[in-house]
Amino acid sequence: MTWIRNNGIYAFFSRAALPSLALLLLFSLVASFSLGRYGLPVSSLGRALWEGVTGATSGDSIAQTVLFEIRLPRILAAVLTGGSMALAGASYQGMFKNPMVSPDILGASAGAGFGAALAILLSRTAAEIQIYAFLCGLGAVVLTMTIARSISRSESMTLVLVLTGMVVSTLFSSLISITKFVADPDNKLPAITFWLMGGLASVGKHDALLLLALSAAASLPLFLIRWKLNVLAFGDEEARALGIDVPHLRLLVILASTLLTAASVSLCGMVGWIGLVIPHMARLLVGPNFKTLLPASALLGATFLLWVDNAARCVFPVEIPLGILTSLVGAPFFLYLLMKGKKGWT
Amino acid sequence: MKLDIQNISCGYAGKAIVQDLSFSISSGEILCILGPNGVGKTTLFKTILGFLSPLSGDMFWNGQRVQTWSSRQRALHFGYVPQSHIPPFPFQTIEVVSMGRTAHLGTFASPSRQDMEESYAALETLGIAHLAERVYTELSGGERQLVLVARALCQRPDLLVMDEPTSNLDFGNQFRVLQQVCALRDKGMAVIMTTHVPDQVFQCDAQVVFLYPGREFSYGPAEQVVTRETLRRAYALEVQIAQPMLDSGEEVRVCVPVSR
Repeated sequence: MTWIRNNGIYAFFSRAALPSLALLLLFSLVASFSLGRYGLPVSSLGRALWEGVTGATSGDSIAQTVLFEIRLPRILAAVLTGGSMALAGASYQGMFKNPMVSPDILGASAGAGFGAALAILLSRTAAEIQIYAFLCGLGAVVLTMTIARSISRSESMTLVLVLTGMVVSTLFSSLISITKFVADPDNKLPAITFWLMGGLASVGKHDALLLLALSAAASLPLFLIRWKLNVLAFGDEEARALGIDVPHLRLLVILASTLLTAASVSLCGMVGWIGLVIPHMARLLVGPNFKTLLPASALLGATFLLWVDNAARCVFPVEIPLGILTSLVGAPFFLYLLMKGKKGWT
Repeated sequence: MKLDIQNISCGYAGKAIVQDLSFSISSGEILCILGPNGVGKTTLFKTILGFLSPLSGDMFWNGQRVQTWSSRQRALHFGYVPQSHIPPFPFQTIEVVSMGRTAHLGTFASPSRQDMEESYAALETLGIAHLAERVYTELSGGERQLVLVARALCQRPDLLVMDEPTSNLDFGNQFRVLQQVCALRDKGMAVIMTTHVPDQVFQCDAQVVFLYPGREFSYGPAEQVVTRETLRRAYALEVQIAQPMLDSGEEVRVCVPVSR
């Protein structure tokens, strides 16, 4: 007798879910291009897009500018950040064998936040703020790993990593507070506070392209080894006995996820919750197998943040910081997932 | 095929828990590691599986030095059946079993159709093919233990290392799991298992490494190694070995603790 996958619980969804999610994202992209204060109906959207690609400059140059200089970078950044955070979150949840883990667990977000706050305090340019944030995000994770390694090289590594990550996160949070405390309350303090709340309003074309390059480079290895994350979920010893080189795989996952998180946070600020909530939602749709879970998380995260950002820029007369909205939407949604069922995580 | 353990000492951070132990096991044999809590049963098999480096001594598999193997090489020869625990995510049973194919897959690959067939065949071997599409986290303890045996089987190892395969199981499942272990042995598998139940070494007609407190041990066939004297030495307990006769006329040995 052979095994035919015909009535598996996730079988239908795992076959239909990825194409459906991709279509949903595509639809959301088109919709997001037309949404906004400068109205771009889908018909003229097509023309502007065509002219922009072919280089013909006959028609509506305002539409061109809005589309390529403002909306495209912003939409690209929303999609990339949402996808990156969800991807990093799903990978970490597998590696740390814990569905309650989010991508900032090793201190990447807090570190990046401190870097940005410091750069604002030192009156740096926008580009320098990003560089400071990115480097401090990476630095925080390197610090976590160095401390964790000196504490333990044994099988309890993941636990030590999580605890050390909490310590390092707290450390950098206090450093952020110190920076705010000494900042000029008239201009720098509000700037720091707003940066930390997150937002995509200031994202330019070059920022978006840089983010694209970084997140593509960091996502690729995660996608390639994604099936092995399943094995890691059974614990380091079992994974080793099944033939996995656990220390190297763990290092790869941490590097890639940290790169994704630091790149996103340094561009968009502290946008929370996506890395925690979206993988849960994806798991409800396609099951826990990382082979489909990882792409599903990326697609869902991208779609989710795109719509949250659309709401941020369109719903209210004043733009709402993105970090506030993701938490406002994410927290109740997470509660709903918890109430809805155990299927996703027990 | 043969695993040779020569004068091995194992433990943590230079402190030997098991000292100067030698034994060997060949295809078609069961070797039970017996002993009271804390004498180093777990330490010993973690060393065999490569989770711990031996403090001294050597391990050879058909003459090849095992310590220098990568985890992948080791996985191609040794299968590990841990005590069943519940993973944090609700994998399907067939997915769990297919993870046994990891060592046979390329770096970036996931199980192919053929790997899934092989996983299914492993479930069939153990008579639990009906569990294939069930959610692993919702299975009973006995079913999960058998699934982990299936996972180790589709790894196609020559040696199975089992950590107390019958602990946490009810009376019926203990017997069923043990029967499967003996069936695997009869097909030519070498099996190393730790156990807390001395009766099992008689049921499986096993070779025994009996670890005593004070870093001493004895090694040999069950009848020679598990006696009143050794049981007293290991557990500080008066134990009689009864030999009741079954309806079939077969004599079995059971260990019965008695109060002094």
